Amino acid sequence: MFAAVLVASGVMVISSRNPVHSVLFLILAFFNAAGLFLLLGAEFLAMSLVIVYVGAVAVLFLFVVMMLDINTAELKDGILQYLPTGAVIGILLLVELVALFGSWGFAPDVEAIIQSQTPPIAQATNTEALGMLIYTKYVFLFQASGLILLVAMVGSILLTLRRREGVRHQKIADQVARTTETVKLHKVQTGRGI
Amino acid sequence: MFEIGLAHYLTVAAVLFTLGVFGIFLNRKNVIIIMMSVELILLAVNINMVAFSSFLNDMVGQVFAMFILTVAAAEAAIGLAIVVVYFRNRGSIAVEEIRELRG
Repeated sequence: MFAAVLVASGVMVISSRNPVHSVLFLILAFFNAAGLFLLLGAEFLAMSLVIVYVGAVAVLFLFVVMMLDINTAELKDGILQYLPTGAVIGILLLVELVALFGSWGFAPDVEAIIQSQTPPIAQATNTEALGMLIYTKYVFLFQASGLILLVAMVGSILLTLRRREGVRHQKIADQVARTTETVKLHKVQTGRGI
Repeated sequence: MFEIGLAHYLTVAAVLFTLGVFGIFLNRKNVIIIMMSVELILLAVNINMVAFSSFLNDMVGQVFAMFILTVAAAEAAIGLAIVVVYFRNRGSIAVEEIRELRG
């Protein structure tokens, strides 16, 4: 059921006329993907999918879609022009993938090459097992992903930051750089003016 | 009642992936929908990763899926920032008119 709703909302994402509806269907798609993850036993990933995508990315998309106020009718003009090419390539891709699954099986020595066995559920929950791994074996990759997020944050802030003219900003560096030659300090007595 | 196996998950992911690629072709003029299609593709990849991880009892797939999630979020943030800046400068985000992106 999750899969059916997921595919249906995926169709709606790409075919909906209004970008806002597209974003809402994208949220639905991510919810259903989180449901699939839950069924697969990856609880931590399911929850982080909901938090990261539904909570952050989808809201970001919504903001941008609503902020930019795009003429959607104009953007939808050439949609039929690309339909045949897109359909051909899409069907080709799907047929290839399905054919691949049809003739596919695990390698006989697959058990031997498992990197880190999932511990039994009685021993550690999914989140614990994941944490066990990312803080020991993959700690550098984990740090690198943190670095990627930092770079993304700095980059997007820098891109969208705009200094307006004619607005009075507080120049902290200038204030700190003032010396006693330009500033006169007074000792003010209590109850008396300067 | 039939058993849900690995192949079913992979098929769902394949359909989703194809939808993403198809969406890029279908909505060539709208950058935002193209980015949503890219998100769909990444989600399909994630489903594959988690399905294999679950059926092979190997935790690495889930670790990797988490990293994919991180990168996808970063990509969405930067892409949307670029779109906003571009819209501010040009007043339109039609893909076919973007020819000025040379340094």
